[in-house]
Amino acid sequence: MIAGSPEAAAIAMGSTLLIPFALAGLALINVGMVRSRNAAHIMMSSLCVIGIAAIAYFVCGFSWQGVTGAPGFALHIGGKPWDWIAGLPWFWRGLDWTGSPAALVIFMQIFSVALAAMIPLGGAGERWRLIGICASTAILAGLIYPVFAHWVWGGGWLAALGVNYGLGHGFVDAGGSGPIQAVGGLTALVMVWLVGPRRGKYTSDGMPTAIPGHNAVLVLFGCLLAWIGWTGLNSAAAILFSGIDPRQLPLIAVNTMLGAGAAALATAVVTNLRFGKPDASLTANGWVAGLAAGSGACAFVPPASAILIGLVAGAIVPVAIENLELRLGIDDPGGAVSVHAIGGLWGVIAVGMFGRFLPVSVFYTPAKTTELSNSGQWLAQLIGVATLLGCVLPFTYGANWVLNRFLPYRVAPDGERQGLDLHELGAGAYPEFMTHTDEFLQR
Amino acid sequence: MKIAGLLLLPAGWLLALLAVILLRTEASRGAFVLAGMGVQVLAVVLIFRAHRLPRGGHL
Repeated sequence: MIAGSPEAAAIAMGSTLLIPFALAGLALINVGMVRSRNAAHIMMSSLCVIGIAAIAYFVCGFSWQGVTGAPGFALHIGGKPWDWIAGLPWFWRGLDWTGSPAALVIFMQIFSVALAAMIPLGGAGERWRLIGICASTAILAGLIYPVFAHWVWGGGWLAALGVNYGLGHGFVDAGGSGPIQAVGGLTALVMVWLVGPRRGKYTSDGMPTAIPGHNAVLVLFGCLLAWIGWTGLNSAAAILFSGIDPRQLPLIAVNTMLGAGAAALATAVVTNLRFGKPDASLTANGWVAGLAAGSGACAFVPPASAILIGLVAGAIVPVAIENLELRLGIDDPGGAVSVHAIGGLWGVIAVGMFGRFLPVSVFYTPAKTTELSNSGQWLAQLIGVATLLGCVLPFTYGANWVLNRFLPYRVAPDGERQGLDLHELGAGAYPEFMTHTDEFLQR
Repeated sequence: MKIAGLLLLPAGWLLALLAVILLRTEASRGAFVLAGMGVQVLAVVLIFRAHRLPRGGHL
């Protein structure tokens, strides 16, 4: 069975059908991590994010992402083409829906872009207005995500660093540690910066107070759903964007499982050493960080390396969450910045450190790919990290800063005290079972 | 401080890109790419500091 064959396309479609489990899992994690007064708002926001992301991707997102070999715009610097954006028609006009690579990519990416757009909900939840969530999602899904995904997966300049400048195989990312996880996580960081911490999170002397989430069971069950979804995500992306032979899917699946499991265990051990008991919500964060970090290299590393990548991700997460909250004033109830931004960036770097297999893009000519070596792969991955920090982060900040001026993202203080369920939706998630109290907040 | 940080982020990125375009050896490219990322780390620190709540300024 060869990559690009009808069988491979069918398997990619089957794998793609698992990705909605990742959306459901992430939504449950985000819901469980917030207080009960905001639970329905987070779930409602997740549905809105999925809808807006899909529509924005339909309107213009895919036309700017494209697929390798499709029409695009390239700058020529030093005699080398720098393909920076695709130029397909808006609204998917003229698309061949009968098994074309573009149709498969759209089918998979419409879920991936929604996953990336849901990540910021975990960071800025409990004080981010629904209208702001919708506006920010449109920017992410319609512009930022597609452009970066074009650079990585659409034959853009990052993917061509190997062909043009001899940097290994160019920027490689099998399952989306960079385009999905890091882009979503950095957007979460921007949102946390723009909306500020929750009311009562920090005392007058700058010390953070604990505001526990309302349902650890939802969070942990969400982790299990996310694992199923991530397995499909990694498998589909590896087939569609890295030309992986579908017979390699068992390796991708076990690497996904091993990375998540190792990360969760590492987090449990670190929190046990740090606090005397393993922390459930932080361990859940570790699990998802293992999934996020393992995505990039899942198709290119042996299982032992997948475990190592997961262990590092899981050890980093609790330390990052604690220090971001304590020292840098980042109020991130779902741990989105640590899990997806830091975990995703680590996953990108890990490809350069541990990746050993030849990625052969479906659309690259074999003559070009077989001449490439692993030399310089780490540099290509670092360029990808620099691009995420130097291009995606400031652009996301600027675009959302402008939007925030016209559509204030932060809810009014009374609305935050009341809870976004009642304030924005008019009804709570648990009207008969829960009371809303502020007993743990500073007055 | 925030604006300086937001300007330094693309500056570090451009430094890394120029290293790949202008330099030939892996060592020199690596050194300049790492230098560019060092600039970005500095920029991120500046932005974090700009967004910290002042003492006594809790919500």
